[in-house]
This record gives sequence, structure tokens and C-alpha cells, in this order.
Amino acid sequence: MDLSLSTRTVGDRTVVEVGGEIDVYTAPKLREQLVELVNDGNFHLVVDMEGVDFLDSTGLGVLVGGLKRVRAHEGSLRLVCNQERILKIFRITGLTKVFPIHTSVEEAVAATD
Amino acid sequence: MATVELRFSALPEHVRTARLVAAAVARRAGVDEAVLDEVRLAVGEACSRAVGLHQNSGISAPVKVALIEEEKQFSIEVGDEAPHATPGDTPGAQDGDAEIEEDEMGLAVISGLVDDVEVTTGHDGGLIRMSWPTTPPAAALV
Repeated sequence: MDLSLSTRTVGDRTVVEVGGEIDVYTAPKLREQLVELVNDGNFHLVVDMEGVDFLDSTGLGVLVGGLKRVRAHEGSLRLVCNQERILKIFRITGLTKVFPIHTSVEEAVAATD
Repeated sequence: MATVELRFSALPEHVRTARLVAAAVARRAGVDEAVLDEVRLAVGEACSRAVGLHQNSGISAPVKVALIEEEKQFSIEVGDEAPHATPGDTPGAQDGDAEIEEDEMGLAVISGLVDDVEVTTGHDGGLIRMSWPTTPPAAALV
């Protein structure tokens, strides 16, 4: 299972739909995608993780890197995730305090700080 | 002796293979289904870390994974041959900092997931040993 990525724009937000496995092999592709979006001026990102089967610390590192990039432009990076196995990884690393995690894309898109 | 041993070139694309094999052997050994996700993640973290260490140190030796079925427990050992930095060492370039952070995040995930984990490091390599309890087959419980 490889990584699948697709992006779409909803209002002023850019939704990145991620599917498959985010690990040490595939994480660079996600990093490239996030860097490209920020370089193109998309500073409010919603990363939809509902199709993600596996996430490791390399993937977490990429998401944290994305957050640092958008914050440099007063932007935001929100996650959409309902899967317990994935949420658990955010919890044990304390990243639930760093990322706003939403239950649906609609909720994430509508959210403001 | 290990039930199954793996040696793979220190390349990111092989980490997934190690995860799949480890989960399959763990299942056969009687590790609870609910814990298999943790086994998969922990072994992936340990292997990713070893791959990173080999690549950063330019080591061509393979990463070693031993899957060991024991009485009442299943253990996984992931060994690398990288010379490990001691806590007092100063990281060089900026990239070095990022790598060290990722390395630590991997270890943080492992220690958060696995109750029984032992990390040993030396100048000629490191070893992460993780163990999980197994349930004996129902037939053995008379």
C-alpha cells in the first residue's frame, strides 16, 4: 500500500486528502506536497487522515514541519481523524495539544481559532 | 534461537516488509490481536530509526531484526551497527538537529507503546528489545 494524495480548495482552506501508509518511505512525498502548497501561498491547510492506514513518527515529523511552515505565514494546519489507532499516536506523543483534530472536513473547514 | 530473523539493506522501502513480517510472526506466536497494531508500529519505529542511523553514518551493513517466540512472551530485537552519540555530543549542522529530533520521536513512540522495552547503545551499534505477552493456545489450558 502506497501513499495517495489529493488536494482541493474549500473557501480559503486547502484540503489535503491522504490515503494509505505514511511511514519513513512515503513521508517525503507528503512533505513535498505540504511544502509545495505553502510555497504556492496556501497557508490554511486541512489534512484529512481518514484514509490513512498507518502513521509513524516520520509522518508526525512531516505534519509538525507543515505546521511550522504555515505558522510562519500566520496560517493553520488542522487534522481530520476519527481512527482510534491513529489518534493514539498523537496522544502518546503529546501532539494532540499541538494540532487541532476534527471529526469531519466540514468541521475543520468551518473552524476558526 | 530466534523464530524468524530478517536482515535488510538500510533503505526506507524495506521497513514496511519488516512490519508485515513482524506482525505475521507475532500473530502466530499468540500475541493478542488488539496489540498487533502496536507491534507493527513499534517495530516500524525501531527499523526506521536503524535505517536512519545507518544512512547517516554511511554504514552498508544490513539492519537486523530478530523475532523471538518464548514461553509466555514474544520479543523483537532490532539491531543497528551505527556508532551512537553519547548525550554530551554536540550536533553539527542544522539538519543534524532535525534528525536527532526525529530519532527521539521514534523512541518516544516506542516507549509510549511498549511496556517492556530495553534500549542499549554503544560505540559499535545499538539494540532495541521489545516484548509482549502471549496467550497460550486454548487447547493447552486443560
